[in-house]
Amino acid sequence: MCLGIPGEILEIRQDEPDLARVDVAGVRRMVNIGLLDGEGLAPGDWILIHVGFALSRIDEVEARAAMDFLQSIGQAYDDELRALYESTNT
Amino acid sequence: MRYVDEFRDAQTARAVAAEIAALCEPGRRYSFMEVCGGHTHTIYKHGLEDHLPETIRLVHGPGCPVCVIPMGRVDDAIAIARHPDVILTSFGDMLRIPGGTGSFLDAKAEGADIRMVYSPLDALKIAKNNPDRRVVFMAIGFETTAPSTAMTVLRAAADGIDNFSVFCNHVTIIPALKAILDSPDLRLDGFLGPGHVSTVIGCRPYEFIPRDHHKPLVTAGFEPLDILASVLMLMQQLDEGRAEVENQYSRVVPWDGNPRALQVISQVMELRPHFEWRGLGFISSSALQIRPDFAAFDAERIFAIPGVRVADPKACQCGEVLKGVLRPWECKVFGTACTPETPIGTCMVSSEGACAAYYNFGRFRREHVRELTLTDAAGTAVPL
Repeated sequence: MCLGIPGEILEIRQDEPDLARVDVAGVRRMVNIGLLDGEGLAPGDWILIHVGFALSRIDEVEARAAMDFLQSIGQAYDDELRALYESTNT
Repeated sequence: MRYVDEFRDAQTARAVAAEIAALCEPGRRYSFMEVCGGHTHTIYKHGLEDHLPETIRLVHGPGCPVCVIPMGRVDDAIAIARHPDVILTSFGDMLRIPGGTGSFLDAKAEGADIRMVYSPLDALKIAKNNPDRRVVFMAIGFETTAPSTAMTVLRAAADGIDNFSVFCNHVTIIPALKAILDSPDLRLDGFLGPGHVSTVIGCRPYEFIPRDHHKPLVTAGFEPLDILASVLMLMQQLDEGRAEVENQYSRVVPWDGNPRALQVISQVMELRPHFEWRGLGFISSSALQIRPDFAAFDAERIFAIPGVRVADPKACQCGEVLKGVLRPWECKVFGTACTPETPIGTCMVSSEGACAAYYNFGRFRREHVRELTLTDAAGTAVPL
């Protein structure tokens, strides 16, 4: 729940600019980027995702560090990732 | 600059630890509180307290929003779920939290329709797909998740969804910090500020801590070296007689936070006059409720909830652990009656709870004599 998962923006929906297709640890999911609407996000940008929403923008180096940290947590991260994968919001 | 390599650098860790030690006044003890589950994980997993002088203590405070939900509120949610047409949706970490008469999982086993969701948007989708059912989202978390709940309510309103509501149990971090600082039980020298809450609220809200209590706060990242660097910044402030808010995690946390996130929170939610926190009692203006404008999405207005206050089990010392007065292993039932498999209190059930973190990572370190290690850039364990 409070684990921020890094993801890379692949595409932003033209018809719904609040939604982006994001690669999160190898899986593609729709993420709501409405909380970062002033940031001019584009494909290739990295974001930190909490419960389906992008909360902040990060760079690729920080994204990798965040992934390493999450993997070191173990079970809690596995649970969060599994919940994300099973999330119906594709 | 390759952050990952730099932050893995055991030599840097040694240097930082040495600088920290050099700043310790002889005969003085130091206590710094951290209020973030991620920080607790890093501290216990890497045994960071062992890298620090023995006179420095890192105390885990009430940073786990699941842990502070009183048992009565769990019962209230279950009462909502027992309506035959209700689907109660919740984050996974809530499922095993014990209420007065059992957890969500227990209620589910007895026939209540309770489903785990990753995001409030999933709960909204369930509502859209089940127009004959009433879907309730159990909203928990600090300011990190409140914007997501708020955005989902706005979405529901925009889409004209009339079978979706939120049982709002969001809490805010600042009043908890104030309650800690006002508590006579504990003497603290400074704080490690939470990482992701701060991406939303920024660093300004912490300014009352140096201003009113003359104690420093450093917003810290999650890597071991982030935390060591933050402790060093706190020690430098103390040494120089300064008390300020500093942002060690500036690569992720903007000083002003996320204005849009703050705006949606205040559009959809307002502060409750008071709210009960497990272990801390009633705290004024410390939790959020849905604004009257969005009453159609407020489960507390739609459903009659018992609202009964349930006292914690006698053996449970979660309150003292949450306040940082007791360390996990000092709780009488830690590791015996209370384990992750048979939890009595929330500090052990939640993956962010201090007791769960300590049980999973820290316990074995204390029981054995061991080498203090970090990993170097190649991933090899290096003794400190």
